[in-house]
Amino acid sequence: MAESPMLPKMVGQRVKRREDPRLIQGQGTYVDDLKIVGMEHVAFARSDIAHGRIKSVDTSVAEAMDGVTAVFTGAQIAEFVKPVPIITPFPSPDHRAVVVDTVRYVGEPVAVVVATNRYIAKDAADAITVDYEMLPAVVDTEKAMTGQPAQLHKDFENNLSVALLPSGTGVSPDGQTVDDTALDQAFADAEVVVSQRMVNHRLAPSAMEPRGTVAHYEPGHNKMTIWSSNQAPHLLRGAIASMFGMGEDQVRAIAPEVGGGFGAKVQAYAEDYVVAGLSKKLGIALKWTEDRSEAFLATTHGRGIIGYIDIAATNTGKVLGMKLRLIADIGAYNTLFTAAIPTFTTLMANATYDIPAIRTTITEVFTNKTPTDAYRGAGRPEATYFVERGLDMLARKLAMDPAEVRRRNFIQPNQFPYTTQMGAVYDSGDYAAALDLALQNAGWDKLKAERDQAQAEGRLVGIGLSMYVEVCGLGPSAVLPTGGWEHSQVTIERDGRINATTGASPHGQGNETTFGQMLADQFGVPLDHITIHHGDTAIAKQGIGTFGSRSQAVGGAALHLAGGKVRKKMAKFAAALLEAHEDDLVFENGRISVKGAPDSGKSFEEVAAYAYVPVPLPEGLEPGLSEEAFFEPSNNTYPFGCHIALIEIDRDTGEPTLRRLIAVDDAGNLINPLIVEGQIHGGLAQGVGQAMIEEVQYGDDGQPLTSTFMDYAIPRAADLPRFELDNTVTPTPVNPLGAKGVGEAGTLGSTPCVVSAAVDALSQFGVTHIDMMLRPEKLWQIINGGQS
Amino acid sequence: MAQVSITVNGKQRSSEVEPRTLLVHFLREQLNLTGTHVGCDTSQCGACTVLIDGRSAKACTVFAVQADGSEVTTIEGLAEGEQLHPLQTGFWEEHGLQCGYCTPGMIMSCVNLLNDNPKPSEQEIREGLDGNLCRCTGYQHIVNAVQHAATKG
Repeated sequence: MAESPMLPKMVGQRVKRREDPRLIQGQGTYVDDLKIVGMEHVAFARSDIAHGRIKSVDTSVAEAMDGVTAVFTGAQIAEFVKPVPIITPFPSPDHRAVVVDTVRYVGEPVAVVVATNRYIAKDAADAITVDYEMLPAVVDTEKAMTGQPAQLHKDFENNLSVALLPSGTGVSPDGQTVDDTALDQAFADAEVVVSQRMVNHRLAPSAMEPRGTVAHYEPGHNKMTIWSSNQAPHLLRGAIASMFGMGEDQVRAIAPEVGGGFGAKVQAYAEDYVVAGLSKKLGIALKWTEDRSEAFLATTHGRGIIGYIDIAATNTGKVLGMKLRLIADIGAYNTLFTAAIPTFTTLMANATYDIPAIRTTITEVFTNKTPTDAYRGAGRPEATYFVERGLDMLARKLAMDPAEVRRRNFIQPNQFPYTTQMGAVYDSGDYAAALDLALQNAGWDKLKAERDQAQAEGRLVGIGLSMYVEVCGLGPSAVLPTGGWEHSQVTIERDGRINATTGASPHGQGNETTFGQMLADQFGVPLDHITIHHGDTAIAKQGIGTFGSRSQAVGGAALHLAGGKVRKKMAKFAAALLEAHEDDLVFENGRISVKGAPDSGKSFEEVAAYAYVPVPLPEGLEPGLSEEAFFEPSNNTYPFGCHIALIEIDRDTGEPTLRRLIAVDDAGNLINPLIVEGQIHGGLAQGVGQAMIEEVQYGDDGQPLTSTFMDYAIPRAADLPRFELDNTVTPTPVNPLGAKGVGEAGTLGSTPCVVSAAVDALSQFGVTHIDMMLRPEKLWQIINGGQS
Repeated sequence: MAQVSITVNGKQRSSEVEPRTLLVHFLREQLNLTGTHVGCDTSQCGACTVLIDGRSAKACTVFAVQADGSEVTTIEGLAEGEQLHPLQTGFWEEHGLQCGYCTPGMIMSCVNLLNDNPKPSEQEIREGLDGNLCRCTGYQHIVNAVQHAATKG
């Protein structure tokens, strides 16, 4: 037998991605790349006003166009598409997939066209005219809370979706009784109080692939196949089945190559339901592809939360208490997770600090804007922003080093697991270690000296620092209405190759690589003997999906468990062949052998072949090697870190330039540090984007002002410095991998540290807080005394 | 309808098209070359970048009839058989992509960049990528990928 080369241990290595060969050669298959015989195209006519009652819809011109198969108004769609469901336990107004009587945001669908090609479908959609009775547009969130200038939904007085939901110290678990004694005492004892209103403005998630859906209903089979650019195909399957009275056995949902998601592609959207419903009604395959201009209107936005924060502290910088009042501009409707996003903000209000008393409240307000929902971080970047900016203001008020204020309030390593005032149980952490490493990598004292020197020379240079902790690895089922588990099946085929499935549905995360690395080590076989399947409910039979940084911490753990089960069974077959005890066997270098005697063993392929033709069949074993596992985490994970920014602002123009961004992140054990770096880079870019250049804006009439990439600026390469990354490793005890998750981390600390750096640079002008984004005009006004 | 004849990835392709057909739709829907992507409708994102007569161009900004008689190279035509182009290798080695959607356009744009400036500085690479948006990577590994190709290509 040929000598096996020693296989390297894969987990923890910077393995280059297995997904890439197809993607760098243009061979990935995204939804818009699909063609099905007889397939036609769908386009949506959308409202061009923010608020109004539909008097009439004229589809006659569209219907008469060559190549138009059918046109449907909202009332016609409502005959076979029920209102769009949500998953949060909050009251929610009727949300029709296509408007029946009142439009509530620009971009809301008002009619649907089916045509033989996409150009004709778009032409026909443009030819549909709607006569509206105009209603006042509700744009200003805080004004909307008084019911002005109009009410969006009849049963939601003053436009309140959720009103003053309390949590924190002294609040009973059901939220019904609120005891403010401890909080009032904290503020009575305070030597210093910092109070600030802050706006964490709306963002457009902007995955580079817009959404798209292909639905193919086959009447003879009574079977629906839906391809969608989606992060959670198993949830999509359930949503489509439930919408159309079908069984989950009759719907197959496929997320093929997905060009980014960032939280905005978790849910089944109105368009998914309409395209599927029309395919079922017409009995033909249909495709809809979102234009970018549509995406800015029709794909959910993120953030959009105003925070009022009050921090009570001693003169030595010890925080005694905190109040955080949130007002969320949720747009025109509740969508899947909308109502829950601000609850993640309040859940994380303790941040990395041992704060004795906290009170948070949430108010969610309907406005005539695109609905908000999950966007990378989903509530945690907002928490980090409010608390970290607040602590920065405290440090400035006390003339303390911002790092020192943090240090004096940290939850200490010996306090974990730590139950926060908000009810979260932080799993593990060493916040001072992350802070110290970031300070060291930044050269903190030198950096401060450089800033002082630059300022002495008249240059506007500032530094900012932010800690963060986020809640990841969502889960468990008790807190996640979708179910908080993940699923995997691992099969050793009869030729010794490995097929594995995961319910985690990647869109850039590289699961085919990281999950392969884990199995390669578990079975001692080469990485290229393993295929990871995902994103197709007919192959990966169960799953929840990819959001909340859960792929590795929950999905990876399920894979590890399934792999462990197969390995155990395979060891029993090998033990029978080798006449050894299964506990004495090792899986190494493509062989299964008795520990210490590698030459004595059998090849992996030989054992696999035996398991499928088991003569004799070992007692108590079934043939075959295929096992599955559901992993239900006992808790969330709480990754953390520290980000530091150096910014320079042009005194003449107000233009800010980010000079340095230093990040130390702790995501627990890392499977592939190269992929982790990529995740952090992307998160940092989005966090910096929010601080500096990204903002969804509306005019007073509810017209979106930022609905193309010409108006909405996502960072370009030259907008960003070379990020300086490092990490600490504090494994989590809540899953067998010790991995915490890293998908969202970069967006948390980067935004507040960049804003704090800008405030630092401009503090000489008396400014203590600047609302994002850091537009040159806004900074110029501060420099020139126009605003403070 | 208009007749166009375009050499795509070395093969001459003739077809009747509506005059308003964008080159990117001609490539994707008539020739089934779906590696060239559409990421916006205002020529900002660069996902549709191809080479026309050796120069990068956004295929969503060009009508198929405007490309009549020219030579077009798409991502599918970049490798020489099994041999990846140095930029493809660079993107793979340096983890220059995540979701992969911007990648074909990004790579085609970088081909033009390195043709013009074979040894660019980091700042020149960042400025050279101005016409291509990526939402996943924060660009750092893309910069590394171009440097990899410039050094080892």
